[in-house]
Amino acid sequence: MEHFQRRLLTIVTEAVLERELLAEFDALGVRGYTITDARGKGGRGRRQSDWAQEGNIRVEVVCDGPLAERVAARLRERFYDHYAMILFMQDVSVLRPDKF
Amino acid sequence: MPTLDPVIWFFVFGLVAGAARADLRLPAAIYDFVSTLLLLAIGLKGGVELARDGGGLPLAELGGILLLGFLVPLPVFAVARHLGRLGRADAASFAAHYGSVSVATYAVVIAYLSTRGVAFEGRAPVWVVLLEVPAIVAGILLARGLSGEIAWGRLLRELFLGRSIVLLLGGLAIGWAAGPGGTASIQPLFFDLFKGILALFLLEMGLIAAAQLPTLRRHGPFIVAFGLLAPPALAVLGALLGRALGLSEGGMTVLATLAASASYIAAPAAIRTAVPEANPALPLTAALAVTFPFNIIVGIPLYERLAGALAG
Repeated sequence: MEHFQRRLLTIVTEAVLERELLAEFDALGVRGYTITDARGKGGRGRRQSDWAQEGNIRVEVVCDGPLAERVAARLRERFYDHYAMILFMQDVSVLRPDKF
Repeated sequence: MPTLDPVIWFFVFGLVAGAARADLRLPAAIYDFVSTLLLLAIGLKGGVELARDGGGLPLAELGGILLLGFLVPLPVFAVARHLGRLGRADAASFAAHYGSVSVATYAVVIAYLSTRGVAFEGRAPVWVVLLEVPAIVAGILLARGLSGEIAWGRLLRELFLGRSIVLLLGGLAIGWAAGPGGTASIQPLFFDLFKGILALFLLEMGLIAAAQLPTLRRHGPFIVAFGLLAPPALAVLGALLGRALGLSEGGMTVLATLAASASYIAAPAAIRTAVPEANPALPLTAALAVTFPFNIIVGIPLYERLAGALAG
């Protein structure tokens, strides 16, 4: 079966940012994403998911390389200074290139 | 001092268990369910009373209470900025949190008054709705000025469609439409179980407050001083307004308690996105770990006396 290379962009950030993040995705042309509740520990302390107020979310986007870079640059510019946010990318293989 | 209501012990229990890191946690869905029941019950009660009174909300009361919401942030901002030596964004964030209100504190004050058989205006839930948003708007204005950076349309929409306002208004409307005789069928769940639901909710509040204790240790003195001194001072404003509006003694107690309470749901969420440079932990910890316990344990009986003294 033929495989196609895409980028998987994973963002872990404050749940309160969800709407803002999705607005940015729309503006940048991201076509799909998956959001899950998350908890963990990082530079800004331990974050739990049992109280929506303080929870984290993990957002995953599969898209082509240039778009992943644009999203990363935009989020970095807009959110890195003041919010708990990490972001990382990896190569993934997909079966339906037209979908991503 | 009267003996502590059992629901308050649930809060203390949660606080102690949380501080001891006991393996105790209500699932998020249960917390949502319990707080939904609480908000609907409060709204329903108010709606039924509104239907019974027949009267609506006097215009002076509407204006006075909205004004209280807008004005409370000013002294809070000044104190946080000058005595607390906080930056503009952090001081404005405190102003928004302390100007806005806590529905949990409201639930405790009405439970307290009901237990003691003290009457208060049935339309009191409307005051909660009126007081939630103005202070948040004022806080954002204090941080940002009138510059165009804020997408006000979307922000206001999110504030007015926030969970607590929607559920309170929904409950008020249903209670009002059903009237005093019409709520018998839902009486067992929403009214008879009210204090049991409140107890569960307060248990979770205790756990949440305990989770703030590390921040309290780090930023202690100002948060503790502010969290303890602001509520009684703001309660005086609320009680005086209540007297000026001609409220009953119970109504003055409720309004004083609302003025003394601090938001830990609507304000943090709105300020986090509108004033990102403010440290979200400071006012949240003050509101949850200091002001909320102070109000429900010591404050409310105190505000009742204040209202009694003002009523003469």
